Amino acid sequence: MNKVYNNRAWFLILPMLMLVAFSAIIPLMTVVNYSVQDVFDANTRFFTGTEWFEVMLNDPALQAALLRQFAFSFTILAIEVPLGIGIALLMPKRGWQASAVLILITLPLLIPWNVVGSIWQLFTRGDIGLMGVGIRELGYAYNITRNPADAWATIILMDVWHWTPLIALLCYSGLRSIPDAYYQAARIDRASKWAVFRYIQLPKLTNVLVIGVLLRFMHSFMIYAEPFVLTGGGPGSSTTFLSQSLTTMAIGQQDLGPSAAFSLIYFLIILLVCWVFYTAIMNSQKDNTTQGGA
Amino acid sequence: MEWMVWTLPTAIFFSVIAAILLGMTTWELVSPSVERRGFLPIATTRGDRLFIGLLSAAYIHLVVVGFTDISIWFALGASVLWLLVLMRWG
Repeated sequence: MNKVYNNRAWFLILPMLMLVAFSAIIPLMTVVNYSVQDVFDANTRFFTGTEWFEVMLNDPALQAALLRQFAFSFTILAIEVPLGIGIALLMPKRGWQASAVLILITLPLLIPWNVVGSIWQLFTRGDIGLMGVGIRELGYAYNITRNPADAWATIILMDVWHWTPLIALLCYSGLRSIPDAYYQAARIDRASKWAVFRYIQLPKLTNVLVIGVLLRFMHSFMIYAEPFVLTGGGPGSSTTFLSQSLTTMAIGQQDLGPSAAFSLIYFLIILLVCWVFYTAIMNSQKDNTTQGGA
Repeated sequence: MEWMVWTLPTAIFFSVIAAILLGMTTWELVSPSVERRGFLPIATTRGDRLFIGLLSAAYIHLVVVGFTDISIWFALGASVLWLLVLMRWG
């Protein structure tokens, strides 16, 4: 018997497609239009072709911001992912302790970005901040407005504090969904804790980790409010990340053409990195299943 | 549509993209794509290869515009060639 393929259910996503068109696709087209022109007002605009792209790609300040951005994103991923998995493994599995720990872990996620920035700004101040005064008392001249290394360490610490819970929560839910039979089989085989982690828990966590890594990468690559409030991009420009450079250009200086070109480059970088992440992780999984089947 | 400050090149660009998407949809309806392995290290469908082709075309253009004095038309030509090679043998 021939199976009838009916794909008409796809029409159900039409309303969503319309919404996305209005909220994302059409505005993105406008950005593309701006990136090839110098627009002064509604009637005065000049076609500049690829000039803005050339200027933006060769701007040393932006190149430095891009490198800083990558350094930041990969640093926080390298810290948050293992730390999040570790926390999820340690979290209690049942009873009131599980609920209590879940709530405590989730708290940082509920705080808005700029509030997190303000909290850490106060926390790290040398005169009244607990952390700032504490480190000074220990004999280190900690100052995030003067010392770039201090500013970097603080921003990374702040991001780890704010977002590790997300990875931990994702992993926790992933761990909860592993059937008990796997652990029972492991116990019969007298598998070590490490073997259980390596061959049962970690493979089962792949899916949530893909989501976690993608979310954290995109989030951190677009980070704006937290470092802006905490350090304002300083000292000098040592913590000026991409979105802050972009905002300075687009809002501060009203250079719509260059900032449109820059936005597109920014967008292409995020698109490429996310695609590479996604494909790499999805393919490694596919290889595993075929090996397991054979 | 004046608020979107259209120019002829960007209008052509988006029309071509829309036409490609429509064409791909029709092609898919006429003969559904089969995932296969070409010279790329991963198995891809037709749509995957189009995406890879368009994304690399964007990067080819950025490199040519940003870091060389080569005309952008060469970048376009190279991208189209690369897209065709990718679609056929990728």
